[in-house]
Amino acid sequence: MARYLLKRVLGALVVLLVLSAVVYLIFYALPGNPAQLVCGPKTCQADQLHRIEVGLGLDQPIWLQYWHFLVGIVAGRTYSGGPEVIHCAAPCLGYSYQTGEPVTGLLLDRLPVSLSLIVGGFVIWVTVGVALGVLSALRRGRAVDRIATGLTLAGNSTPVFLVGLLLLIVFCVYLRWLPFPGYQALTVNPLLWAQNLILPWVALSVVSAAVYTRLTRTSMLETLSEDHIRTFRAYGLPERRVIGRHALRGALTPLITIGTIDLATSLTGTTLTESLFGLPGLGQLLVSSVRNIDLPVVVGVTLLAGAVIVVANAAADVLYSVADRRVALA
Amino acid sequence: MSTGKTSAAVGTESTVDTPVVSVADLSIEFPGVRAVDGLSFELAPGAALGIVGESGSGKSATALALLGLHHGTGARVSGRITVAGTEVTAATPEQVRRLRGATAAMVFQDPMSALDPYFSVGSQIAEVYRLHTGATKQAARSRAIEVLDHVGIPDAARRAGDFPHQFSGGQRQRALIAMALACEPRLLIADEPTTALDVTVQAQILDLLHQLRAETGMALLLVTHDLGVIAGTVDDVLVMQHGRSVERGPVGRVLAAPEHPYTRDLLAAVPRIDAPRQLSLADRPTTPDPLVRLVDVRQDFPAGHGLLPGRRRTVAAVDGVTLDVRRGETLGVVGESGSGKTTLARMMVRLLRPTGGRVEFDGTDIGQLPDRRLAPYRRDLQMVFQDPISALNPRRTVGESVADPLRAAGIRDERRIRDTVRDWLSRVGLDPDRYDAYPHEFSGGQRQRIGIARALVRSPRLVVCDEPVSALDVSTQAQVIELLAELRAELDLTLVFVAHDLAVVRQVSDRVAVMHHGRLVELADAETVYTDPQQTYTRELIAAVPVLDPALAAERRAERAALRAAG
Repeated sequence: MARYLLKRVLGALVVLLVLSAVVYLIFYALPGNPAQLVCGPKTCQADQLHRIEVGLGLDQPIWLQYWHFLVGIVAGRTYSGGPEVIHCAAPCLGYSYQTGEPVTGLLLDRLPVSLSLIVGGFVIWVTVGVALGVLSALRRGRAVDRIATGLTLAGNSTPVFLVGLLLLIVFCVYLRWLPFPGYQALTVNPLLWAQNLILPWVALSVVSAAVYTRLTRTSMLETLSEDHIRTFRAYGLPERRVIGRHALRGALTPLITIGTIDLATSLTGTTLTESLFGLPGLGQLLVSSVRNIDLPVVVGVTLLAGAVIVVANAAADVLYSVADRRVALA
Repeated sequence: MSTGKTSAAVGTESTVDTPVVSVADLSIEFPGVRAVDGLSFELAPGAALGIVGESGSGKSATALALLGLHHGTGARVSGRITVAGTEVTAATPEQVRRLRGATAAMVFQDPMSALDPYFSVGSQIAEVYRLHTGATKQAARSRAIEVLDHVGIPDAARRAGDFPHQFSGGQRQRALIAMALACEPRLLIADEPTTALDVTVQAQILDLLHQLRAETGMALLLVTHDLGVIAGTVDDVLVMQHGRSVERGPVGRVLAAPEHPYTRDLLAAVPRIDAPRQLSLADRPTTPDPLVRLVDVRQDFPAGHGLLPGRRRTVAAVDGVTLDVRRGETLGVVGESGSGKTTLARMMVRLLRPTGGRVEFDGTDIGQLPDRRLAPYRRDLQMVFQDPISALNPRRTVGESVADPLRAAGIRDERRIRDTVRDWLSRVGLDPDRYDAYPHEFSGGQRQRIGIARALVRSPRLVVCDEPVSALDVSTQAQVIELLAELRAELDLTLVFVAHDLAVVRQVSDRVAVMHHGRLVELADAETVYTDPQQTYTRELIAAVPVLDPALAAERRAERAALRAAG
């Protein structure tokens, strides 16, 4: 186990290193000067521009910038471009070109918003998806199966902004059951937090549940045809128990992998939902930073997303080997 | 007394004389097929009945019907089935459910998949026991350990916590039998309980069933295609063909003096380990001159992989085998699963590159030849595979499959290809006009004939057959073996015949090689190996083969018991 973890951690570091290098390279291959954007489009003087470039470290060669960035993550770094000297403590991802805020702080601000959105949504879409999938499998070919399949596929093929808009119109405009959502921290008022997030959760679930319904249905049908299910029927276990204990366990185990990865990729993949419901999450941050050529923020978000995916992959493997003893970690 | 009072009926005096199973005019119809047609039989308490038949005879469908397991599958069951006082065909699902596992328990064919891989073996047995007895968790666990111990799982208390994949095939079948025993049933239904097992393990499981029957007094219904398995295990036998019972009687009488022609055919088709070969067509003088010479060949597979390169752990599938395949002979290779016989076969035709030693074909070491230089030898080295279903591409016509080796040889003349393939199809006993048919349109035996045609179409000198008949019914098996014997004589082939079935190997081979744990244990003339085996392992292997004579079977069983007691 220790050996396995060591292997995974080393692998993860390599992946993140390559990822950050690629982001740096792509960034410099793109046209546009971030200093120009900071300085302003028209009023900017040449010397002013140069000062900003020096301050941001843009005058240095790319490999040196990258090196400083790496050192900053491990040991922190000190900026001394202008008259004042700023020290940025250890996991230092630099400062936003645009706002001057530390990137680490920006990420930490946005992370709870994104987590609230996707974890809550994930619970709903997996629960609904799995329940419908099991139901479809047990009533295969019957009306319930067709309706469940039809509904989830319809949801899956509808754009999230359309679903979200409809939800807003119905629940906030016509019925007025809910306030127009914004973000409320869980730690401040859990009820308000949930009230504000329920619509985005539902919107995400409508779009995402279909995958789980289809997978669960297929996997359940496969498991039901296996020999050990016949064994337990032949030994008089009630159908409820055959399905609830033995079939479900076999049917859901394969979902571990897809579920974990799904959760990880959603972290920065819910930009549309975030904008629609006014949630300042990581997806929005990523999009705006790309638009503003804000390299430190782009790299920061990308690395965070990458790290989460790498960790989720490892977690999926470990969970799988716990759920299915035949699978050994290697 | 109406149905469903099973638990009340168990143990009362009236049940002693009434049969534990009574089937009257049973018919089972699947959409489009009548699997069982007007079957009637009875089984007395404590008695043992064997149902034999080839695939499609309806024997398994009958076994499943006894526990009402066709419910909800689209099969139509009519007639009357009474098991231990419960009329299964009329009872409510709840009544049938109470019967299952408690009064009548079932053991299935494939022990590999019959247990839930996600739960420990002990917990699965305990679950069934608690369900039927309402015992506490603690008591159920003890019972699980008790029955596991009873069926001969060593260190049962610890092994109960293990998962099915940590058990060997034989142990899994024992565990399933333990589950069946947990509630002390009055009837045990065993559906091909040993078909998936090695011959020595098969003997152990059959001995166990025999012993348990003597100890617990439960009745046994044994369903199998193997007449040898029947001979030593049951009192009465019922022979099924096309869903009907064609003959029923005491096992000794039916096997010694069968009355129905189908039973006679079935018996005639069974390869006899106790009879010398009959199929050899005018034994040709085989020279000791070798066509293939294996010198200390080995095949090491990596076992797991480490973080750092170098010092890899390996498992030797074939661990230094030296043997000659003589020109024109048929060399039988026998061994249990994991003995390395298939790996050895694959190295002979260079489907696998040996990791050590030499494979000389006609004087040239082909073991390490690069593919380019191997090409000229390919036409001489052919293989017939075990599973005739998966060895043919289901999306291509059988004619195209047989033509593949010709195209691979660079032949482009379509007329010539088609003529050659048609010729081969008829030589292996198929209608050449079925060139454009697909594999699923053929039966198992016909598919194996197609596989043979494909192997022979380029006139090879060496044909290695890996378990060519193990997936076939006995009568089909006999036909395919006969075909191979004819072709061998006609084409001057050298054959290597790999199989786990010692009786089949005896019927076809001039010499026999016995493999065990990747090593060659014994190699001699077929007659010598079977009548005067030199090695202990060979003797064990031969002693484990079921025989058709019930008296002899009992004798063998006693011998095995004595061996166990001694060792």
